[in-house]
Amino acid sequence: MSQVHVPTCLDEAFSILNRYPDARLMAGGTDLLVRLRDAGPNEKPPLVLLQNIPGLADIRLDTSDLCIGSGATFSAIMAHPLVQEHAPLLARAVSTIGGPAIRNMGTLGGNIITASPAGDSLPPLYVMAARVNLTAATGSRTVKIADFIHGPGKTDIRGDEILTLIRIPLNELFPVRCFEKVGLRKSLAIAVAGFCGQLGFAENGTVSAARFAWGSVAPTVVRSAEAEAAVTGNLLGPETITRSVAAATAALSPIDDIRASAHYRRIVAGRLLMRFLENARTTETL
Amino acid sequence: MNIEFKLNGKTRSISTKSDRRVIDLLREDLGLTGLKEGCGAGECGACTFLMDGQTRLSCLTLAAQLDGREITTVEGLQDLDEGVMIQNAFVAQGAVQCGYCIPGMEMAALALLKEHPDASRDQIRTALSGNLCRCTGYVKILDAVEQAGCDIAAKKERL
Repeated sequence: MSQVHVPTCLDEAFSILNRYPDARLMAGGTDLLVRLRDAGPNEKPPLVLLQNIPGLADIRLDTSDLCIGSGATFSAIMAHPLVQEHAPLLARAVSTIGGPAIRNMGTLGGNIITASPAGDSLPPLYVMAARVNLTAATGSRTVKIADFIHGPGKTDIRGDEILTLIRIPLNELFPVRCFEKVGLRKSLAIAVAGFCGQLGFAENGTVSAARFAWGSVAPTVVRSAEAEAAVTGNLLGPETITRSVAAATAALSPIDDIRASAHYRRIVAGRLLMRFLENARTTETL
Repeated sequence: MNIEFKLNGKTRSISTKSDRRVIDLLREDLGLTGLKEGCGAGECGACTFLMDGQTRLSCLTLAAQLDGREITTVEGLQDLDEGVMIQNAFVAQGAVQCGYCIPGMEMAALALLKEHPDASRDQIRTALSGNLCRCTGYVKILDAVEQAGCDIAAKKERL
């Protein structure tokens, strides 16, 4: 059987990790417990529950960032006034995860560590240039989200570290933005393709800044510097949009799976960008 | 490990394996067979229970997580005014076909209606969106939750 440890402070958690090198950290458990179940009856690593560590679920502002504790549940995040004000794309994205009970259990830290290509919270974190704080007994470090996630289930975290905080810069929110998730149904559906975009405009109507990110169409969330460059400095006319969409679809590397074909994913991902750009001048922000 | 928690209003102290799934603890150890295991992987909602007033899935919750918490299962509905009204509304609306999903549906309804008895049809749909019914009886289930909400709101008004 798995031994379940319930530390009540970070130091206690570090000493458990030190004593049991094969231990797994458990936040909401909605991905981890399913994976352990699928791995079979012999897969029984010690589990370290993070739910009773005070402060790990806090959501607050400091001078430059919105700080979300790794243990904050999706329900808490989507309902929190600070998130709605400073990271509305994240509030919207986590509201599409699973169903209500899953959102009461699952956490932002867990979604990041699971590092699924289809993790719904991830595209907004990429377009807002979020950073993650990793804490160990010996000290802590901060890593950009795009540098932290390496591939499906693969991150830069070390065995003695705990992801404690997600930092979202306050100056990374642009006026026109959207988050869209395409799934086979609305609830309890893993995304076939997800898109998150933000645009800023100059007074003459040209695009002053653009950030686009896609989920479920590559091993990690993808940004496309080429697609962003294609619109930056330009008016959003049909030719500009076509060029940006072409650049974006070239940046994707989707796969065929049970939910959709690679071909379909590539088309949908491009169309999500196209729709965003076409609506961008008139769309109400989220 | 020893854990202590409140189960349907009564304090329980039990000794169990720390990694025992709550659904097994409730159904097999404590004999509360109301909640059902559907998928065992967080996709169907049949095993929904409330922990500190919020819906959770008992197939993905471990015994160690219950320590110090307050939980409600479908067996606890009969002791709650809102619970009885939900049960009666499900009967009145003919919302139950095979019945397997109903305990989870009723727990999701309870979590919603305790806070928002005046919930709109859309809010009800969202609240029940994590619960699958394979008889495809969703319309009558939504009708039942809507009626229960009206009944609960009306009773609150009278008090």
